[in-house]
Amino acid sequence: MSDSVLLTVRGLSKSFAGHQALAGVDFTLRRGEIHALLGENGAGKSTFIKTLTGVVRRDAGEVWLDGEPIAPRSAEAAARAGIATVYQEVGLLPNLTVAQNLFLGREPTRFGLVRNREMRRRAVALLADFGLSIDVGAPLGRYPVAVQHLVAIARAVDLSARALILDEPTASLDTHEVTVLFGVMRRLAERGIGIVFVTHFLEQVYAITDRITVLRNGRLVTERETARFPRIELVHTMLGHDLAETEARVEQADRPARAGSGTPVLQAEGLGKAGYLQPIDLTVGSGEVVGLAGLLGSGRTETARLLFGAERADRGRIRLDGKPVQIGGPRDALRHRFGYCPEERKTEGIVADLTVRENIVLALQARRGPFRPLGRVAQDKIARDFIAMLDIRPPDPERPIGLLSGGNQQKALLARWLATEPRLLILDEPTRGIDVGAHAEIIRLIRRLCDEGLALLVISSELEEIVTYSDRVIVMRDRAQVAELAGSAVDLTAILRAIAAEAAPAPVPEPA
Amino acid sequence: MSRNLPVLVAALLFAAGYCLCATQFPAFLTTRVVGNLLTDSAFLGIVAVGTTFVIISGGIDLAVGSVVGFTTVFLALAIERWGIPPLAAFAIVLGAAALFGAAMGALIHIFEMPPFIVTLAGMFLARGAGFLLSTESVPINAPLYSAVADLSLSLPGGGRLTLTAGVMLAVFLVGGVLLHATRFGATVYALGGSRHTTGLMGVRVGRNTIAIYALSSLLAALAGIVFSLDTASGTPLSAVGVELDAIAAVVIGGTLLTGGQGGILGTFLGVMIGGLIQTAITFDGTLSSWWTKIATGLLLFAFIALQQGSVALAGRSGRAARPRAGQQPVVRPAEARP
Amino acid sequence: MRVLRSGAPQLLAFAAVLLADRLASPQFLAVHLQDGRLFGSLVDVFNRGAPVALLSLGMVLVVATGGIDLSVGAVMAIAGAVAASLADSYPLPVVLAAALGTGLACGLWNGLLVASLRIQPIVATLILMVAGRGIAQLITEGRIVTFTSPDLAFLGGGALLGVPMPVVLVLVMLLLTLALVRGSALGLMIEATGGNARASALAGIDTRSVTVAVYAWSGLCAALAGVVAAADILGADANNAGLWLELDAILAVVVAGSSLLGGRFSLWLAVLGAFIIQAMNTGILLSGLPPELNLVVKAAVVLAVLLLQSPRLSGLTLLLRKP
Repeated sequence: MSDSVLLTVRGLSKSFAGHQALAGVDFTLRRGEIHALLGENGAGKSTFIKTLTGVVRRDAGEVWLDGEPIAPRSAEAAARAGIATVYQEVGLLPNLTVAQNLFLGREPTRFGLVRNREMRRRAVALLADFGLSIDVGAPLGRYPVAVQHLVAIARAVDLSARALILDEPTASLDTHEVTVLFGVMRRLAERGIGIVFVTHFLEQVYAITDRITVLRNGRLVTERETARFPRIELVHTMLGHDLAETEARVEQADRPARAGSGTPVLQAEGLGKAGYLQPIDLTVGSGEVVGLAGLLGSGRTETARLLFGAERADRGRIRLDGKPVQIGGPRDALRHRFGYCPEERKTEGIVADLTVRENIVLALQARRGPFRPLGRVAQDKIARDFIAMLDIRPPDPERPIGLLSGGNQQKALLARWLATEPRLLILDEPTRGIDVGAHAEIIRLIRRLCDEGLALLVISSELEEIVTYSDRVIVMRDRAQVAELAGSAVDLTAILRAIAAEAAPAPVPEPA
Repeated sequence: MSRNLPVLVAALLFAAGYCLCATQFPAFLTTRVVGNLLTDSAFLGIVAVGTTFVIISGGIDLAVGSVVGFTTVFLALAIERWGIPPLAAFAIVLGAAALFGAAMGALIHIFEMPPFIVTLAGMFLARGAGFLLSTESVPINAPLYSAVADLSLSLPGGGRLTLTAGVMLAVFLVGGVLLHATRFGATVYALGGSRHTTGLMGVRVGRNTIAIYALSSLLAALAGIVFSLDTASGTPLSAVGVELDAIAAVVIGGTLLTGGQGGILGTFLGVMIGGLIQTAITFDGTLSSWWTKIATGLLLFAFIALQQGSVALAGRSGRAARPRAGQQPVVRPAEARP
Repeated sequence: MRVLRSGAPQLLAFAAVLLADRLASPQFLAVHLQDGRLFGSLVDVFNRGAPVALLSLGMVLVVATGGIDLSVGAVMAIAGAVAASLADSYPLPVVLAAALGTGLACGLWNGLLVASLRIQPIVATLILMVAGRGIAQLITEGRIVTFTSPDLAFLGGGALLGVPMPVVLVLVMLLLTLALVRGSALGLMIEATGGNARASALAGIDTRSVTVAVYAWSGLCAALAGVVAAADILGADANNAGLWLELDAILAVVVAGSSLLGGRFSLWLAVLGAFIIQAMNTGILLSGLPPELNLVVKAAVVLAVLLLQSPRLSGLTLLLRKP
């Protein structure tokens, strides 16, 4: 492995609407190196990649590739300059053949006609380099995602990529496919290509990467050799804690000593779905907050979606007050008085064109059915009450919700579910992307609701937050439940250890 | 396999239908009927080739019928009233139509407007322009027209392959080569897969979109020329609703209305199936013409249901259901954002 | 007042078109009463615009869910054929029930294709657009079926308190649809479904039933439009009844300011949109310009409205919508 520098980034910055998404990040990629880029949601990974490759314009900073300053204006320009990106959503066309995908726009032609045989021959030769021997005349969509990824990488490398960015390529691959992909990555690295590898599987980081860069809140936190970066330290770094500091802070955290759980409201037994979530057991009692902790992609949101029926479980069952219930979809969940604030506020939460009032009454109205409409007076009262109670700003019920800030949209969504007087409320990242003030309010609100007897299941990446309000914490890793902490055992260190623990069967075998 | 299935079904359907007709009406076994079938379908076939390009690219073109109508009127007036030589008039109208299509393509691309509504406006515009030229049928008496009318190739067995049918076959041939064997053709499929991804892969989306709609209008004008040669007249009312027949033929031929899949051979079969139904109804004599429309509707439904079913099957079969390029993954690992 | 303000551009457009009509024909605004019915060019605008206005009442709901219904013209033909065939042998309520029931069935078929089979709306309704006219011809056996029933004829040529029946029917349907959609929570659910179907489903809205319902209503409205058209000419012409009116209805909805992507809708603006289009038709006719100019004008209107709605010009649209 050569140590010469391939790509240098200095002071890369980007802000969106006043929010500093990337603040002066430095980054160095060496020839033939596999470099992990890590960070939790909102750490700035994707902004970094997009800014680097010109998908979004950078505010400041410089980029050199092989000593030449570059400033690509689009992903395509970046690829031509030598930096190619392969995203998790493959970015090729499933309806075209493998060969067509490899050579789209640069097909070998003679007299204006595509030389299909030549193109296939070249495609076969190109893929052979990647250990792939497949029918290149078949539509790409026919192949597993792993193969699609390899084809995308092959296309990128063939387009003269010197630096390759792989953005969560393994998120939907199985163990064997990951092994194959890693083999290809090693071979490319041996050829001197520098690879930036974004993933949230720590095992994979340790299995393949040479170096780790961690981002947090749009800033570079550290860059270290993988071999000298212990796992627990890495998790702490990603989540933004100092080991010593953590111990101290947990002592201070004023967790209210509640009488523990009331009667169990919700019990999930062996709830799971093949290829989506390993079976989990989970109980939430009235007046109890259960936290779901884990890194990105660990199966937290999947758990919430199965419970709410947004995704159909194929095993296990759900009991409500001890009686088994069928949750065939969100409408069943609503009827049983479940509520769910999804993480994707824009695509799954708000209806941007509708007013705050309409968004707030939506779920309650859905439960009443179309022919028992809430009168305008009742709607106005509900909207006004919740706007006052949650301090939604501006306090105008007739404003389209799309014009509100993220925090206020979040509060309005909370109001939507509180208006249905739920028994169980599932909050997925309720404090993500909202400002500090709103953040604190929402945490206070969670406590208050809990005191009123609501059963709460809260997902958050902010572990301190979870420790603060949870009576019990369930820790997820790799789409499975790995630990449950209760009572005094709920502390930051324990959660971190559970997250960082080595998975029992190593998912990534070492290369032969 | 599943990708060729619709074409196979269309071919089998056509073959079965033809055999059935042949047992009922032995005349179906003569080249005369074959020749007539080709001639009668010629004009629709030419339009359908353009529609195939548009639909595979993920668009739709409702203006083609109106462009045909405009073309026939324009030719009649240009040749009869304005004294323009027929061949020059052909060139002018082909050029104008191509520009018209290009303008629609440009609107669709630049303003990100839905093709449905842009070409709807184009349909009004072209039809209106035709009416403004003349509201009634204008006969064409140019010598070229009468000369062309007699041009045909005798087939063994008494049938005739008319010039019209020949033009259609040529258009299918050239269209097939263009769609299946050129970079432009590959781009048409790519656009139908995902415009966004195609752009990210470095293909010029705008230029190709404009070319596709220009081609569709150009072929509609060519169909208009053929139509005017056939009828030796021009009327603004000609070819009303042809866009729907063309879309139906394309879909029956196995092209996915959502774009990205299909082919020229299928469209040819689709056009022929339509022609076959009409010929059979004419032969039968007791069946009324409206059965053509009902049968077409039923076939449309059957083929769309077939497509929907095979897409759903493809989605279910194992890992093909994983997130694909350019479309919202069905099962979204919500925490795994790029 | 709020309602009127939201429709200011459309009201202004309508006033401008009427003014142009008045300039083209000095008698345009003259209205006189004769045999208990109002007559005059202005009345004609409303009378002739009635079928498209009825269609647009259904279409606007379909468009609000992000769909489109191409089959309404064909459904008009079917319903007209049913009504005309039965008119002389059955009492009016039976005739109406049969015709409207047929329309409702057509709408349900469309709705099921869209909501259950998940076929794109353009494609799903194209099927009935193609086959529907054939079905109508099947009912009339290819002839123009005429009838003499004065009851049915009254719906086309009669008047209530001087107001022509087609206009009365538009008003009745407008009020009925308003009551059904705004008097219940359906309107909210339609707008939510069109605005964000995923979020709506997660909030517990039965988006599938909402979708079926709007297509069914569109079928019903189209059937009534078909009955009115048949009653107007005392017969059913399966070939030409409602021909291309689906496009006018879509145009009316677009003029009403609905986004073709779904979301907010206004029933009365959709009706107003239909009358604006008719006023343009009438104006061109009165001014002695070739009536064919109509199509060109429509094309220009479609393009103008769409350019305003185009995402590339959304900044401008926002400015226009704000006041």
